[in-house]
Amino acid sequence: MRPGMTTPFIRVRALRKEFAGNAVLRDVDAEIRRAEILGLIGENGAGKSTFMKILAGIYEPTSGSMEFEGEKVAFGSPADARRGGVSIVPQEFNLAPDLTVEENVFLGAELRLRAGTLDRARMRARTAELLSELGANVSPQHRIHGLSAAQKQLVEVAKALAFDARLLILDEPTTMLTRREIDRLFAVMRTLRSRGMALVYVSHKLAEVKAICDRVLILKDGELVREAPIEGLEPPEMARCMVGRELREIYPPKRKTPGQVVLEVRGLSSPGAFADVSFSVREGEILGLAGLVGAGRTEVAEALMSLRPSTGTVRLGGTDAKARDPAHAVQRGFGYLSEDRQGSGVLTAMGVAENMTIVSLERYCTLPYVVDRDKEQAQARTWRERFGIKAKDLNAVLESLSGGNQQKVSLAKTLDPGPRVVIVDEPTRGVDVAAKQEIYRFLAELAARKAALLLISSELEEIIGMCDRVVVMREGRVAGELEGRAVGEHEIMYLATGLQGVSA
Amino acid sequence: MSAISTSANAVFERVRHVEKERYAAFVALAILTVVSSFLSPFFLQWQNLLNILRQVSYTGIIGLGMTFVIVSGGIDLSVGSMAAFVASLAILALNALVKAGYSPDLAVAVSVVCSVLAGVVCGFANGFLITKGRIAPFIVTLGTMALFRSLSLYMADAGEFQSAAALFGAVGSAVLLRIPVPVLVMIALAAGLAFLLTRTRYGRYVRAVGSNARVARYSAIDVDSTRLVAYALNGLMVGVSAILIAMRFNSVGSSTLGVNYELDAIAAVIIGGTSMAGGRGTVWGSVVGAITLGVINNMLNMVGISPYLQGTVKGLVIIGAVFIQRQRQ
Repeated sequence: MRPGMTTPFIRVRALRKEFAGNAVLRDVDAEIRRAEILGLIGENGAGKSTFMKILAGIYEPTSGSMEFEGEKVAFGSPADARRGGVSIVPQEFNLAPDLTVEENVFLGAELRLRAGTLDRARMRARTAELLSELGANVSPQHRIHGLSAAQKQLVEVAKALAFDARLLILDEPTTMLTRREIDRLFAVMRTLRSRGMALVYVSHKLAEVKAICDRVLILKDGELVREAPIEGLEPPEMARCMVGRELREIYPPKRKTPGQVVLEVRGLSSPGAFADVSFSVREGEILGLAGLVGAGRTEVAEALMSLRPSTGTVRLGGTDAKARDPAHAVQRGFGYLSEDRQGSGVLTAMGVAENMTIVSLERYCTLPYVVDRDKEQAQARTWRERFGIKAKDLNAVLESLSGGNQQKVSLAKTLDPGPRVVIVDEPTRGVDVAAKQEIYRFLAELAARKAALLLISSELEEIIGMCDRVVVMREGRVAGELEGRAVGEHEIMYLATGLQGVSA
Repeated sequence: MSAISTSANAVFERVRHVEKERYAAFVALAILTVVSSFLSPFFLQWQNLLNILRQVSYTGIIGLGMTFVIVSGGIDLSVGSMAAFVASLAILALNALVKAGYSPDLAVAVSVVCSVLAGVVCGFANGFLITKGRIAPFIVTLGTMALFRSLSLYMADAGEFQSAAALFGAVGSAVLLRIPVPVLVMIALAAGLAFLLTRTRYGRYVRAVGSNARVARYSAIDVDSTRLVAYALNGLMVGVSAILIAMRFNSVGSSTLGVNYELDAIAAVIIGGTSMAGGRGTVWGSVVGAITLGVINNMLNMVGISPYLQGTVKGLVIIGAVFIQRQRQ
């Protein structure tokens, strides 16, 4: 009998990791089995990524050990781990945009001919084979550059599989994907499992964990608080283990008394992005803008902010509010929280206070151009308290903050000018449950203070939990509008895809 | 009164938050000074120190403007040629006025204004091509570097313009409170520009644009104007520096003035701790960087090392400075 049959595939014993004496992973004992999908959940800072990075050879544990098929291993580097059969699909894609798919799949481990030159034919064939196994409709010669998020993800998976991985770690793989793409990814994961591969699935989305995983590890403050099979473990229970709170309390109660129409958009079009989009938002209302990725929702927001050219009418409180440039849009009363926090939301190299006031800096100038730092710091303190932002101090650079705290700073920055119309685009992407709940509460508070909110989200649960009325977009056009009881997953998916019976 | 207390507060804030990379340049200069004073008894003499400061002030002033350009995420290679070009224009204006019988005072004043304005226009042209033309700063300023030099050579027929006013040269050698005028100008401008970079809305925008132009655009900042102003400001500094050099020599050599100044100015900025990637940097750091280069040259001269080898040392110092900064990060 092979030793692999009786011992678990991977066993970690008393795994501990400290940074500067600070324990972020505390003596975790766990096992990973062959042919299983193991969910790894916990709040931001619970130790998930540390655990994952130790498995992938990125970190070395402070103490404790790892056994692969009963043998002790210690990976010194990611390359080491890859040779040992561990591959990781990172949350932030690690692909060179100007190289082709096949060049990326074999990056750093190119196949060579005997002469030492690249064996392109073999790499191309192998890449094509992997991609077709994954059901990815991508050519090996395509550059990464023009691929969708879902396609990039599959390229990352192909890259992992090209090295005969026996353990595949997927870090928040579904944040950028649509429902249908998620279903496809899950199908791929199940196929890999059926071949005996072990998969670790790291996610904040508990419903997905429930849908795809066989077992779950729940971490809290660096400790393993639960290791259990998925049967009988429901998302509310998982959330309770993670944060000590029920999931259904996550959405604040909806208010039912929206006032006058504040924002009215008629026949808004932007060439190549969307056409003839019309909707209105009332005072104190949170209007959902749903649709698949690429349906043109973000582009509508960008047009309202004058970040992209558009035609049509935009009226705010009855007067024309079509802005010349972004500064004009802010002046007119628009605020926009970008979906891409690192790329267009916050200045990672600058401080907390500096980020919060960057849009409204004019207000903090005493002489016309001189920044009154006391005034700025005072306002930043107010935001920090209101949003419970955890930062060393107000001058701490954003890259030292966690994702959830960065998002709160980004939200403070959006709200600081005091906008009447607040557009939030994927406001809880990559944010843990606790921060999510807080962000929902702030949005509800804003509505209660009579702002008009436009919530763009790919998470149906979020749209349904927060909005009374939803405009659904499909391929650059408004496919329909739902209100009150009609707001449901199936109805939204029907409008978003044009297909009946697509599961959400 | 509250203005005084806020600026005092600001000083405290600054001292409390000095990052290591910021005073690294100061520490390096201090060490260098100590070493130099052991190597040569003449080093610490007042006159020698003033000479060093005077020598570095011309590229130092350009380095001040270059700091803004680099922090905003750009580069300007044309500054040396631009200096020759605007100095030529200034001295032509001076001579024309003297010839027409105007008083030397007026002629000198006009030539100063002429140099500064021409610098602003040249810098603006660079910025315009970069922002509106959407051409990489490196390419645009590589082009204008050739262009400005060629125009100066053409105007002077590759020779020299002599000034027709003795007052012009006298200003260039003037000393105020025992300190050469260019040094005072550099310090005054550095103080003003440090304030601009750290305390004003514009300075904040320059850093924002340099650290991530896309985020800046989404934050309703006018990215193009911010960049354009940085290049124009840099041109202004070139104008100031150019007229001071012309005054110093009481002439303008079309083929020699400002040669390699772009390298010295960029080197001063880098040694001063400003990130080539943009977003981070300090004006005073660039002053320290310029002085560091001057001290090194001075020391090498004193210990009798061939002037031809000075470039080697300078090169090593630039690379070493960046290397040390990387290690600290």
